[in-house]
Amino acid sequence: MTHVFKTIWFKFAFAMVWLYFLLWPLMDLNSDGTITFDKSFAVWIRIVVVVAVLLTLYRLKKRGTFEPVANGVHRVTAPLRSRLGLVPGWVWLLLIFAFMLALPQFTERRVHDVVISVLIYVCLGMGLNIVIGLCGLLDLGYIAFYGVGAYTYALCALYFGLPFWLCLPLAGIFAAIAGCIIGYPTLRMRGDYLAIVTLGFGEIVRIILNNWMSLTNGPNGVSAKPMTVWAPVFEGGFHIEAIPLRNLADLYYVIFFLAILIIIGVHRLNFSRVGRAWEAIREDETAAELMGVNTYMFKLMAYAMGAMFGGIAGAFFAARMGFVAPESFSFMESALVLSIVVLGGMASIPGIIMGAVAIIALPEVFREFSEYRMLAFGGAMTIMMLVRPAGLIPAKRMGERGEEKE
Amino acid sequence: MAETILELTDVQAHYGRIQALKGITLNLEKGEIVSIIGANGAGKSTTLMTICGIIKASAGTVRYKGQVINDMSPDKLPGLGLCQVPEGRRIFPRLTVEENLDMGAFHRKDKAEIKRDVEMVFDLFPILRQRRHQAGGSMSGGEQQMLAMARALMTRPEVLLLDEPSLGLAPIIVAHLFEIIKDINKEKGVSILLVEQNANIALNTANRGYVLETGHVVMQDEAQTLLNNPDIRKAYLGE
Ligand SMILES: Nc1ncnc2c1ncn2[C@@H]1O[C@H](COP(=O)(O)OP(=O)(O)O)[C@@H](O)[C@H]1O
Ligand SMILES: [Mg+2]
Repeated sequence: MTHVFKTIWFKFAFAMVWLYFLLWPLMDLNSDGTITFDKSFAVWIRIVVVVAVLLTLYRLKKRGTFEPVANGVHRVTAPLRSRLGLVPGWVWLLLIFAFMLALPQFTERRVHDVVISVLIYVCLGMGLNIVIGLCGLLDLGYIAFYGVGAYTYALCALYFGLPFWLCLPLAGIFAAIAGCIIGYPTLRMRGDYLAIVTLGFGEIVRIILNNWMSLTNGPNGVSAKPMTVWAPVFEGGFHIEAIPLRNLADLYYVIFFLAILIIIGVHRLNFSRVGRAWEAIREDETAAELMGVNTYMFKLMAYAMGAMFGGIAGAFFAARMGFVAPESFSFMESALVLSIVVLGGMASIPGIIMGAVAIIALPEVFREFSEYRMLAFGGAMTIMMLVRPAGLIPAKRMGERGEEKE
Repeated sequence: MAETILELTDVQAHYGRIQALKGITLNLEKGEIVSIIGANGAGKSTTLMTICGIIKASAGTVRYKGQVINDMSPDKLPGLGLCQVPEGRRIFPRLTVEENLDMGAFHRKDKAEIKRDVEMVFDLFPILRQRRHQAGGSMSGGEQQMLAMARALMTRPEVLLLDEPSLGLAPIIVAHLFEIIKDINKEKGVSILLVEQNANIALNTANRGYVLETGHVVMQDEAQTLLNNPDIRKAYLGE
């Protein structure tokens, strides 16, 4: 007992020393050339205290100190939980839907802004989920399709005056075509090679956007017109007019319904013949081929599909920001979407939504902490991999579909 | 004289610069069980993968029902009635038993018939019926081998290529599996090309046998004759 106790606290001390060595260069090697120790120490000592408390609680829980309390709570809440369990799933969905619909009515701009970002990343996560979660292709350049979609809208509106609602499907199509062009040579590779090559192609797209001055205005970016809706206008006689949507709450509804459409689409794909083939490829490509799956075509399709959803999200992003520049589509963004998918749970739709909330919304809530976002991020990912290796809400695998059929 | 359903003529195959098959000639008659035996690394799995087009033959021809299938894309073959149960089973571990079987029927559109076939393979392997909603990867080795065979049967094969079905399984399960293999051959008229390191059970199941050594066919004969051959007994039956 004491032996276990000692080794655990020894490991703790060791980890904390290591953490300090990580923190110090991050926070106390100042850009003006001075070297200090106080800033990193202040953060470090807090982390030490919090982790020590958590570790103590964990040890106590392991020893069963809390069992009487937990049992009591369990007994009290059991009837409540069994009653909640009786409520069918669609009721929950309806409640969430109603809540999301009402959200802009009782919240302020800052919240709208965050929720819109979360929803954009939900769309991106859904698209990348097809490629990684279902088909098992590690794509590190996914954000390129987001960029293609965004620029499709900005440029089509700029040069041809096309309205947003026409550009939205166009953005999806162009992104899908870009997906096919990138996928055509790369999807013949497997595993690590694919990851590296997609990483390269993602950068190539960004560099093209950056360097093709005459088309994209290079690093300065281009402004994108706000999206418009046709609405009846009564001033000076009745007529229908395209009104720009500038209100954040209105934009919120647009992305909310786009996200719902994409979620429904991905859900249906998930349970279709195509989704099954993608999963088979993810599980064992050769075996899938032996069972008659044209693996190359299906991989290309997954890639194009994922790209399409990314492109749609991109077009919305351009219209919402009113401005696009290549720097929005750097590798960091790809990594962010990837971590949403991994953190949330591969191939799990509710998981990815939770992942987007966790990665996009939480840093906004803890604004003061945002400087150390990447540190917290790394820590959170490491802890997740230890505690819930399959993601926040892992995809339900066993039996789900078989039972549905009956 | 039965008709030849699968025929390899002087087939060669390479992994990069390494030549794994140095001219394999063999044939499978309709309704036969033919077994290929040989030591580890002799090229048995490569032969089956070359038949299925996963590895492209660098020379020679593979003929199935008279048609040369060398350049055919592997995913077309299940539709033509040629299916392989690969070495190490290779089921889809995170898909359920039913979903694995569904993948076997991937090229088929006849829903009612597919349902009937699912029942048929469940009758053949009752354990799979009990496990139908369980993830394939969570089952034992023997059950996974059964699932792999059931999945292949879902393609409605005329020729089944089996790569070491006995690998890593307890003798009693192996015996049971080979009874079923004989059944599949007799009842359903499926021609079977059976690759095995377990020469004893393979030759006792097969009509004819080929012996492979480092990419060459070194011997071929009736299965019983091979079983009685002292060289074979010494090299492959451990006597
Ligand atoms: N993926 C591969 N890359 C390179 N060489 C391989 C590969 N697979 C098999 N080989 C070589 O090809 C030969 C035949 O292998 P294989 O067909 O797997 O033999 P068997 O199935 O009879 O045990 C062996 O010498 C093996 O080392
Ligand atoms: Mg082998």
